[in-house]
Amino acid sequence: MTATPALVVDNLRKTYSNGVEALKGISLTVQQGDFFALLGPNGAGKSTLIGILSSLVNASSGDAQVFGVSVQRERSAAMRLIGLVPQEVNFNQFESLFDICVNEAGFYGIPRKLAVKRAEKYLRELRLWDKARMPSRELSGGMKRRLMIARAMMSEPKLLILDEPTAGVDIEIRRSMWEFVSAINQAGTTVILTTHYLEEAEKLCRNIAIIDYGTIIENTSMHRLLAKLDKETFVLDVAAMPEVLPTLDGVVLRRRDEQTLEAEMSRAHDLNSMFAELTAGGIMVTSMRNKTNRLEELFMRLVEDQRQKAA
Amino acid sequence: MPEPGEARAAAAPPAADTRAPRPSHLDANLVGLRTLIRREIARILRIWTQTLIPPAITMTLYFVIFGKLIGSRIGSIEGGFTYMQYIVPGLVMMSIITNSYANITSSFFGLKFSHAVEEMLVSPMSNWVILSGYVVGAVVRGLAVGVIVLGIALFFTSLDIQHPFITFASVLLGAIIFSLAGFINAVYATKFDDIALVPTFILTPLTYLGGVFYSIHMLGEPWQAISRANPILYMVNAFRYGVLGITDVNVPIAFAVMLGFVVVLWIVALHLLRRGVGLRS
Repeated sequence: MTATPALVVDNLRKTYSNGVEALKGISLTVQQGDFFALLGPNGAGKSTLIGILSSLVNASSGDAQVFGVSVQRERSAAMRLIGLVPQEVNFNQFESLFDICVNEAGFYGIPRKLAVKRAEKYLRELRLWDKARMPSRELSGGMKRRLMIARAMMSEPKLLILDEPTAGVDIEIRRSMWEFVSAINQAGTTVILTTHYLEEAEKLCRNIAIIDYGTIIENTSMHRLLAKLDKETFVLDVAAMPEVLPTLDGVVLRRRDEQTLEAEMSRAHDLNSMFAELTAGGIMVTSMRNKTNRLEELFMRLVEDQRQKAA
Repeated sequence: MPEPGEARAAAAPPAADTRAPRPSHLDANLVGLRTLIRREIARILRIWTQTLIPPAITMTLYFVIFGKLIGSRIGSIEGGFTYMQYIVPGLVMMSIITNSYANITSSFFGLKFSHAVEEMLVSPMSNWVILSGYVVGAVVRGLAVGVIVLGIALFFTSLDIQHPFITFASVLLGAIIFSLAGFINAVYATKFDDIALVPTFILTPLTYLGGVFYSIHMLGEPWQAISRANPILYMVNAFRYGVLGITDVNVPIAFAVMLGFVVVLWIVALHLLRRGVGLRS
C-alpha cells in the first residue's frame, strides 16, 4: 500500500491584487519522510508557495494537500500537521523564549503541562535553555533563527517547512542547525527546505524542485540532478608554478595566480590521468577543491537556460 | 548527515506525538483561547504603568477639577444627586470604553506590525478563538481600569449602586462593543497613525457628547435628537441607571442598542478575519 504523500501541490496559481502572477500553475509531490529542497532565485515564487501552504497567502486556484488534507478546504486540520520556520523573525520580541514556545503550543491545542515539557526539550536541544527567561529581543540573529525552529517544533509537526533558516547565520551555528534538522528528519518528520546556500541543499536534501518565474523548471532527486553536471572545475594549489603550462588531454588548464591553477574537465574524465600528466610536467599539487559547489553550477545553468527561453 | 539520494518514500514513519493524543478541534480551540487570554493579561500586567496607571491619574484630575472645583458651584444636577455623583458613572464608563479600545488596537496592531500575528494565523486556531481571546483581554483591561477609577471616585463621593446586574451588564457590553470596534480598526490599520485617528477624531468627541458631563435634557432640539444617534449615550445612561437609578434614555432600548452593536461588530470582525483582510495576501 502506498503511503499518502506528505505534500501534493496541484496546479497552484497565485495572482496578487497588483497583477503580479507569482505562481503559474505549479504541481509537485513530496513523499513522507523526504528531505526536500525548494530552490529558486529571489522573487521566483518560493515564498508565495510557502505562504499558501501555511495559509498566509490565499491561492487564486489549484489545491495543496498536506498528508491528504486540503489546505484550502480544511485549513485547521492541515495547519495541525505543519510547522513553519519563516524567513523573517516573526515572534513577539517582548516575550521570553519560554513564553513564545509555550504560547505556540497553546495555539496548537497542546495542554500547558505538556507544552512546558516540550519547551524545555526543544530549547535545550537548540542550546537556548539558559536564555529561556530572557526577552527574545536580546537574542543574537543566530539564536533568533534557532528559537523559530524550537517554536515550530512545539507542535511536533509531521511536515516541517524551513524558509531560509540559516540566512545570515555563522557556519558553526549553521552546522548545528543542520544536525538538528537532520535528526528530526531521521526520526520521520518530512522536511521542506528553501535556501540560497546550495551547499546546504546538496548536503541535506534527497529530492529537489527548482522554481523560477512561478514555474517548476526542475523536479527530481538530488542524485539525478547532480548526474546532469557534465563539466567540473577544480582549483589546484601547486608547490611551484611552471613557466609554461603543459597541455593536458581533455583538461583545460588555466593559471589563476602564482600558486593556483584551475582545471576544467568533463565529469567522465578521470582524475588519476590528470595527476599523472601534471606530475610528468613537473607540477606538484598540494591541495585541490571544487571551484564552485556542484549544485550551484547546475542551478545557475538551469536558471540561465530558463531565462533565455523566456527572453 | 544524510547523503543525497533517492527519497525514502514511505519507508520512514511519520513523526508522531506519542506522549499525548491529538485533542478534539473544540478542546484544541479552548486551549488556544486560554493561551490567548493568559498572554493578553500577562501583557496588561507587564506594562501596567502604561495600561492601568494613566487612566487612574487622568480620572483623578477629572474628579478634582470637574467634580470638586466646578461641581461644587453647579450643585444638584438631576434627581437630587451632586454633580460629582452625576459624572462618576459617565467617567467610569468613559475609562472602560477607551481602555478596552486602546488595549486591543495596540496589542493586535503591534503584533500585526511586527508580523508576530502570523504565529496565530498559521496555527489551527479558529477565527472565533482569535477574536474572542483579544476581546476578553481588552474587556479585562477595561473592567480593571473601571474598578480602579470607581475606587478613586469613592474618595471624592459616596455611591449606592441601585441595580447591580444592570450596572455590570452595561459595563460589560460597553467594553465588548469597543473591543470589537478596536479590533476592526487594528485589522484595517497599516501604520500606528491609523490606530490613533479613530480615538482622536471619533471616539473622544462621541464620548464627550455622550452625556458623560451633562443630561441631554439640558440640550435643545435638534441637539437632543442628534445625541440619540450616539451609541455612547446609551452605554453611559444604562450604566448611570444601574448606579444612580436615573437615565436620559429608555433602559431596555439602551440594552437593545448595545446588543445590536455587539452582534453587528462581531459579525464584521469575524468576516474580516475569515477573509484575511489586512492579514493574509
